[in-house]
Amino acid sequence: MNILVCISNVPDTTTKVTFNANNTQFNTAGVQFIINPYDEIALARAIELTDGGNGTVTVIHVGEAAHEPTIRKALAIGATDAVRINVPAHDAYFVAVQIAEYVKQHQFDLILTGRESIDYNGSKVAAMLGELLDIPSVSIIKKLDVGGTQAIVEREIEGGKEILTIPFPFVAGTAEGVAEPKIPNMRGIMSARTKPLAVVEPVEVKTFSEIISYETPAPRGQVKLIAADDIVKLVDLLHNEAKVI
Amino acid sequence: MSVLVYAENAGGKFKKSVFEAVSYARAIADQNNTTLTAISIGDVSADELNTLGNYGAHKILNVSTDQLKNFVNQAYASIIAKAAEAEKADVVVISNTFSGRGLAPRVAVKLSAGIVDGAVSLPEIANGKFTVKKTAFSGKAFATVELTSVNKVIALIANSYKVAENPTGAKAEDFSVETKESDFKAMLKEIIKSADKESLPDAEIVVSAGRGLKGPENWGMIEELAGLLGAATACSKPVSDAGWRPHSEHVGQTGIAVSPNLYIAIGISGAIQHLAGISASKVIVVINKDAEAPFYKVADYGIVGDAFEIVPKLINAVKAYKASA
Ligand SMILES: Cc1cc2nc3c(=O)[nH]c(=O)nc-3n(C[C@H](O)[C@H](O)[C@H](O)COP(=O)(O)OP(=O)(O)OC[C@H]3O[C@@H](n4cnc5c(N)ncnc54)[C@H](O)[C@@H]3O)c2cc1C
Ligand SMILES: Nc1ncnc2c1ncn2[C@@H]1O[C@H](COP(=O)(O)O)[C@@H](O)[C@H]1O
Repeated sequence: MNILVCISNVPDTTTKVTFNANNTQFNTAGVQFIINPYDEIALARAIELTDGGNGTVTVIHVGEAAHEPTIRKALAIGATDAVRINVPAHDAYFVAVQIAEYVKQHQFDLILTGRESIDYNGSKVAAMLGELLDIPSVSIIKKLDVGGTQAIVEREIEGGKEILTIPFPFVAGTAEGVAEPKIPNMRGIMSARTKPLAVVEPVEVKTFSEIISYETPAPRGQVKLIAADDIVKLVDLLHNEAKVI
Repeated sequence: MSVLVYAENAGGKFKKSVFEAVSYARAIADQNNTTLTAISIGDVSADELNTLGNYGAHKILNVSTDQLKNFVNQAYASIIAKAAEAEKADVVVISNTFSGRGLAPRVAVKLSAGIVDGAVSLPEIANGKFTVKKTAFSGKAFATVELTSVNKVIALIANSYKVAENPTGAKAEDFSVETKESDFKAMLKEIIKSADKESLPDAEIVVSAGRGLKGPENWGMIEELAGLLGAATACSKPVSDAGWRPHSEHVGQTGIAVSPNLYIAIGISGAIQHLAGISASKVIVVINKDAEAPFYKVADYGIVGDAFEIVPKLINAVKAYKASA
C-alpha cells in the first residue's frame, strides 16, 4: 500500500501568539516550528500500516525551503521519501490544489492529513483534497483499520461515533486515538539525511481568501476569588452576575 | 442573490446549533436585502422541518430518499451545491460541526467559493469587501479573513451567534436532485451513541477535570455536578492519555476546542495547550488547591482549595439553587 501523508509546519504548542506589522502578520521571532501534532499521528499510523516493507509512506509539504527540518524529521520518524512543493502555503485551498496535482501524477491508495493544523485550525485540506480528486474523504477519524480493498474507520460525531467502510483510494484526517506519535531513533535520524526529498515546482492557483488582520482575545478581568466555605456565593454569582446558570 | 443554510439533523432532530446557523444566515440575508433558504437532507419530519421558519428561513427545502437517510459528506455536498445553484445563493452557511467540517470544504470547492471555517461573528460588508472573523491559533487569537470570490461558504462555530426568533411561516417543500453513485462509496456500518447525555462540542456548560482528581474512580462527583447543570464532561490530555476518560473528552490544542457559556475546570493546572481549547468560553470557573496555578490568570471566578471538599459542597449548593428556582 502506498500512503501519502500531508504535513504542515506549525508553531510549537507552547508558543505565545503575537502579531506585528500592525497586527497583519504572525510574529515568528523566536518561535519554534514543529510537525503539526495531528500529522504526527497520521504519519505514525501510515508507518504502522506499511510495516515490514508492505508499501511506502511519502510525506508531502507545501512550503518554503526553510521548512525542510520538519520534513527531515518526518523522514527520521520513518517515512520512505518526501516531496516539497516549493511555494509558501497561501491557504487551505491553495495547499489542497498543489497536493491534488501531485497525486494526479502519482498513485496513492490512501492520503492522510491531520484533522486540522493547530495554527489556522481549518480542518479543510482533507475534504478539499477529496473533492478535487473526486474520491471519498472523512475529515476527523479516531481509528483506521485496513481490510483488503477497503478501510474501516471510526468517525467522531456530536454525542458518539460512526463506523464506516470506505474503498481505497480516499482521504482521511487523523485525530487522537488513530496512533501514538513515534519518536525518531538514532538510526532514523542518520538515514533521514540520505532519504530522497524531491522539490516540485507549484502549479498556478486562483485563490479566494486573504487574512487581513489578527487580534488576540480581550483579556479577562481579574479573577474573583470566592472563599472555600462560601460556595453558595459562587452559585449566586453564576446566576445573578454572570447569568450562565 | 440569496443565502442558503444547511440544517444538519441529528437523528431526525435539529439542535440549537442549527437554529443559531439559521438565525445567523438570516442576518446575512438581511444585510444583503435578500432571502434565506434552508436545506435539510435526511429523514426529518415535516413538523421539525417547519421549525426552521421560526428562525427566519423564507423557504425550506427537504431532500429525503432512502439512499440519503444517513450522512455521506460527498453526496450531501453535491446536493447542497446544487441547491445553491438552483437558489442562486452566493453565501452558504454550514455549522462547524464534525460533519460540517467534512462538508463545507467540499461545497466550497464545488462552488469555487472562498471559505471561512470557524466563524465567530457576522460578516462585515464594506467598501466592496466581505470579511469574517474566525478563531485561529487554537483559540489563542482571531483572524479576519477576506473572501474575494463571488460565492462564499461560512462554517459557524457553536455558541457564537445567538438564536433569534423571526417567524416566516414557511413550510417545507421537497427538493429533488439527481445523485451520482460514485458519491456513495463511503458506507455507514454503525452509529454508536456515547453514554454521555450532553455532547461536548456544542455544550453550553462544560465540567472538566484534570490530574488533580487522582484517578478515574473519582469522576463520580464530576458526573453528578455535570448532570445537575445539564453540562457535558471534559478532561485534560494526561487524563485521557492515562485512560481515565475517553479521548473524545480531551479538550485543548490537540483535542476538542469548546466554546461554552460556562467552563468549570477542576484540578487542572491551566497549561497553555489546555487553555488553547477553552479560551472561547464566556465564563471560566477554576477550582484548584494551588493558588498559583496558571489557570487563575484566565479565570473569571476561582475557589482555592481541595476539589474533594469543594465539589461535593458545590453539588449541594447547586441542588439548593435548583430547588429554590
Ligand atoms: C504537544 C503537546 C500538546 C498538548 N495538548 C494538550 C491538550 O490539548 N490538552 C491538555 O489538557 N493538555 C495538553 N498538553 C499537556 C499540557 O501541557 C499539560 O501537561 C496538561 O494540560 C496538564 O494536565 P492537568 O492540568 O490535568 O495536570 P497537572 O499539570 O498535573 O495539574 C494538576 C492540577 O491539579 C491541582 N490539584 C492537585 N490535587 C488537587 C486537589 N485535590 N484539588 C484541587 N486541585 C488539585 C494541582 O494544583 C495542579 O494544578 C499538551 C502537551 C504537549 C507537549
Ligand atoms: N502547507 C501544507 N503542506 C502539506 N500539508 C498541509 C499543509 N497545510 C495543511 N496541511 C495538511 O492539512 C491538514 C489540515 O490542515 P487545515 O485544513 O489547514 O486545518 C494538516 O493537518 C496537514 O495534514
